[in-house]
Amino acid sequence: MEEFEPTIVAFVCNWCTYTAADLAGTSRLTYPKNVRLIRVMCTGMVDPQYVIKAFLEGADGVLISGCHPGDCHYINGNFKARRRIKLLKEILPQFGFDQERLRLTWIGASDGIQFAEIMQELVTQIKALGPSQAKLKMVI
Amino acid sequence: MAITAKIDVEEKDILESLRGFFRDILNVEEIKAVLVPQHLPMKNMVMPTLVTDLNQLDGVDPLAPAFPMNAAKIVSRLTRKPMGGKIAAALRPCEIRAFFELVKLKQGSTDELVLIGIDCLGAYQNNDYSRFVEQNGDQSTIKFYQNILSGKNGEIDGLNLAPACKACEYPVASNADILIGLYGIEVDSQILIQSQTNVGEDLLAQLNLSEINEPGIRQDTVADVIEKRVAYRDEMFGSTREVTDSLEKMTAYLASCVNCYNCRVACPVCYCKECVFVTDVFNHDPSRYLRWANRKGIIKMPTDTVFYHITRLAHMSTACVGCGQCSNACPNDIPVMELFRTVSQRTQEAFEYEAGRSLEEDPPLSVFREEEFPEVVGIN
Repeated sequence: MEEFEPTIVAFVCNWCTYTAADLAGTSRLTYPKNVRLIRVMCTGMVDPQYVIKAFLEGADGVLISGCHPGDCHYINGNFKARRRIKLLKEILPQFGFDQERLRLTWIGASDGIQFAEIMQELVTQIKALGPSQAKLKMVI
Repeated sequence: MAITAKIDVEEKDILESLRGFFRDILNVEEIKAVLVPQHLPMKNMVMPTLVTDLNQLDGVDPLAPAFPMNAAKIVSRLTRKPMGGKIAAALRPCEIRAFFELVKLKQGSTDELVLIGIDCLGAYQNNDYSRFVEQNGDQSTIKFYQNILSGKNGEIDGLNLAPACKACEYPVASNADILIGLYGIEVDSQILIQSQTNVGEDLLAQLNLSEINEPGIRQDTVADVIEKRVAYRDEMFGSTREVTDSLEKMTAYLASCVNCYNCRVACPVCYCKECVFVTDVFNHDPSRYLRWANRKGIIKMPTDTVFYHITRLAHMSTACVGCGQCSNACPNDIPVMELFRTVSQRTQEAFEYEAGRSLEEDPPLSVFREEEFPEVVGIN
């Protein structure tokens, strides 16, 4: 049987995690191609509906990643994001989405190495969880 | 000092005593109008009415098992800007709690408002009430409150209280300015009136009511009612979780949803002027439907049904007061109240928040602390 290759949608903030991804790239570090980066200006603009949509469309995992606390370019967007992730982690498991499929991390602009490591680890973990329930079933 | 007083009931007619009480309140100079549920002259249906004329209170009936809408929306409409005078609003506890949520979301104000909370006896679904009331509004209400206040479950002629009311653990409006108490009171002879805030006290002081002590049995009676409701509620949570705990079950649960969004329209705390689901964001390009259908060979039309419900839960579940108007409004009788309350219970617990409990507590998604929820961060 073919090995399961998860699809992971990652919303990354322009100022920290995207910059870290860029640094990882220019440093010629590699990370699994399962992660699809979506650059947003701040984790504070990730509306819960983006996450819900990603899961319903069959994403096996969703990552939101931004600046460390205190480093937000917009002062406190990452704190707002944390509350929204907390909320989603209460709602989504009630419909059978393992809360481990939704992750929030802080990866700073200079953390290129950590970025590659965390993506690797995340993919390993999501692989272990198996495919998401929305992937094959009909969603109304 | 809080005022605890009574109004007398003559010939066992509670409704007439309540009408007299509302006339007294409207007589107070600073009160320009009262907002009360009333049988409409053209039909027996009970609707919120805004009354300025003492002679227009003859149909007042806050005890009818009719709950056509959550009047929090009406009070919000009346108080979103200065009205030019004070009004007194008689509301059910869930209406007051929903209104508190709206005030916190800057959709209304308590500045020119006296909230009168009546012990809630519950209500039937809209269709059931129309059948129940038939020709005589008052008689049907008397039959109903006698049933409930004698400790029965409100089942009359095969009609039952709405599930939202059976599961409601807030029969008493503990956050109103003035409380009208019925549970544990000898309602054949008197009704309890209590001030719970300074605003309520100021108003009651002008009415010259005879003060009494709260009957000792009241607290026990209320506790009994709440205990039964909580038992029903917890069973409802359990059975709802069982039938919605996977995406497959959720899609079955919502299979007859036609995306009419009535649940959102009826929801007192869904206050957005324009919901994202009715904007062009969801007016997809026709070719997109074809692409979606191609992926799995089939899509259900209209699309985005589960997406809508889960997103709405993300938006409003921390503010849900469990009034059940969503179920009342569903054209296909999907038990949406059960689903929304079950999810809300958990989200409100997660933020140690209770919708409508207090004006002092900020809605969870409107604030943050620098140090909190470490468990949601990181990948280990």
